[in-house]
Amino acid sequence: MPQFYGTHVESPLMLGTAQYPSPAIMAEAFRASGAGIATVSLRREGGQGQDFHALIKGLGVPVLPNTAGCHSVREAVTTAQMARELFDTPWIKLEVIRDDDTLCPDVIALVEAAKILADDGFQVFPYCTEDLSVCGRLLDAGCEVLMPWGAPIGSGRGLNNPYGLRSLRAHFPDVPLVVDAGIGLPSHAAQAMELGFDAVLLNTAVAKAGDPVAMARAMALAIEAGQLAHAANPIEARDMAAPSTPLFGMAVLG
Amino acid sequence: MTQITILGAGVMGLAIATELAARGLRPRLIDPAGKPGSHACSWRAGGMLAPYCEAESAEPVVVRLGLDAIGWWQANGAEVTHRGTLVLAPSRDKAELDRFARMTETHQAVSGAEISTLEPELDGRFQRGLFFGTEAHLNPRKALVTLRDRLAEQGIEIEAEGAPTGMVVDARGLSARDELTDLRGVRGEMLVLRCPEVNLTRTVRLLHPRIPLYVVPRGDGVYMIGATMLETGGKYRVTARSAVEMLSAAYALHPGFAEAEILELGSDARPAFPDNLPRLRRRGNTLFANGLYRHGYLLAPAVARMAAEYITTGEKPEFMDEDHP
Repeated sequence: MPQFYGTHVESPLMLGTAQYPSPAIMAEAFRASGAGIATVSLRREGGQGQDFHALIKGLGVPVLPNTAGCHSVREAVTTAQMARELFDTPWIKLEVIRDDDTLCPDVIALVEAAKILADDGFQVFPYCTEDLSVCGRLLDAGCEVLMPWGAPIGSGRGLNNPYGLRSLRAHFPDVPLVVDAGIGLPSHAAQAMELGFDAVLLNTAVAKAGDPVAMARAMALAIEAGQLAHAANPIEARDMAAPSTPLFGMAVLG
Repeated sequence: MTQITILGAGVMGLAIATELAARGLRPRLIDPAGKPGSHACSWRAGGMLAPYCEAESAEPVVVRLGLDAIGWWQANGAEVTHRGTLVLAPSRDKAELDRFARMTETHQAVSGAEISTLEPELDGRFQRGLFFGTEAHLNPRKALVTLRDRLAEQGIEIEAEGAPTGMVVDARGLSARDELTDLRGVRGEMLVLRCPEVNLTRTVRLLHPRIPLYVVPRGDGVYMIGATMLETGGKYRVTARSAVEMLSAAYALHPGFAEAEILELGSDARPAFPDNLPRLRRRGNTLFANGLYRHGYLLAPAVARMAAEYITTGEKPEFMDEDHP
């Protein structure tokens, strides 16, 4: 099971808490999936959502607050400080957005904000692109986990750049890596785990499914399958067929 | 005759009073704020009677309970506009439209030409949409005043002060949180525009992955625009972000909204239980009726009926739960 900043987490599935039909269905999705971490947005809900925050705390899993919707270093840092007080945790999923249409991380501001927060004692989970240099800079800034996107948030497109994610894994073999955002189907989540990622963070794919509880369970099963497959050392893809049954002993006709 | 006192004269309290009066009872109605007004979150509602569209994010039971709402409001004097609901999305968000279609029933897929037949002002702006022909809308403020007036005609006036007598029906909405610990506030924001340049005749929903929007015509060039739903209990003013988002979405629906006069920007917190479904709850001599969430006008009739049936016959209704203070 994954470990972030020295804390063991019960499941490699990190599940968001937005957009469910109701808090009751959200809680049911968490139970059905056994998700190991609950992420919660502060920026959008404001600091006053005590009722909702109490429901999140009631899920009984570690909470990872995020800075979703922040557009500047300053905004992200302030939101992170607010989150630390509200949820009494040094964890922060750092999100700094530049473009509202793609919700693409502003990697320059991200590195700057990560440094400020890490220096202030935060344990930063940066939502980033799969760019190797950016990821290197984030580690230099003090991050001990990386969370590259699979595809833009909420797009459900799966892993847009498996090559990039694979090379990230190869470059940083000891850093916990999480695919964050873009997952639409269980097969996408399984693929991330097959690449050797430590965890998958998703929200929309479950919350907006017709049956969020069933989809949460499907995601958990896929993640487990992908994780087992990676540990089982899968075969390489090859161009030529390789018979699984020996030819020796087959009848010779004619 | 049983003496009954209803606390709260928002949509829930007025609907219960109406149902009890229809059964020959003469409940008292107490609300410290007096007549219907901006203290009640039902004052800022959209007034959409759109059970089928709600299935996009609500459980099937909401659709079922909401089916009678149109008839109930009409029977009780409200002016209901039967023009259906038009659901639209810009071409690039067609996935949202596909999802909406999958999650709902009774709609008819409409082409760009059909959209412009329904709403000529939208000619050429949208290529695809969904039309829910049997849905309707009303003006919530007028509807509350109508219920109040009809009750007054039967001698049931809203008392601004006084102690309850007899059985108490607590319909105070979010204020009942002092007694109902599992009730939470879900914030909604709205604006009212006057824009005679735009002529839309029915509720239009514009889908967007982040900023879905609905526009409900109030007549005389006035439109109510609603959108956001935030898990925040507090009663605050509308944030600049929400105002910008709502206005730009309205502009995306019809550029004429750029010239609109902003009559009102409002926000409120709607009472909801954790499953976002309404509830009756009995505790001692008090019956709580609450949790209409964002379905006030759609579900108040059904919940009021259940409350009235329970009070007059003792029959335990579908949405009654055991007390858990």
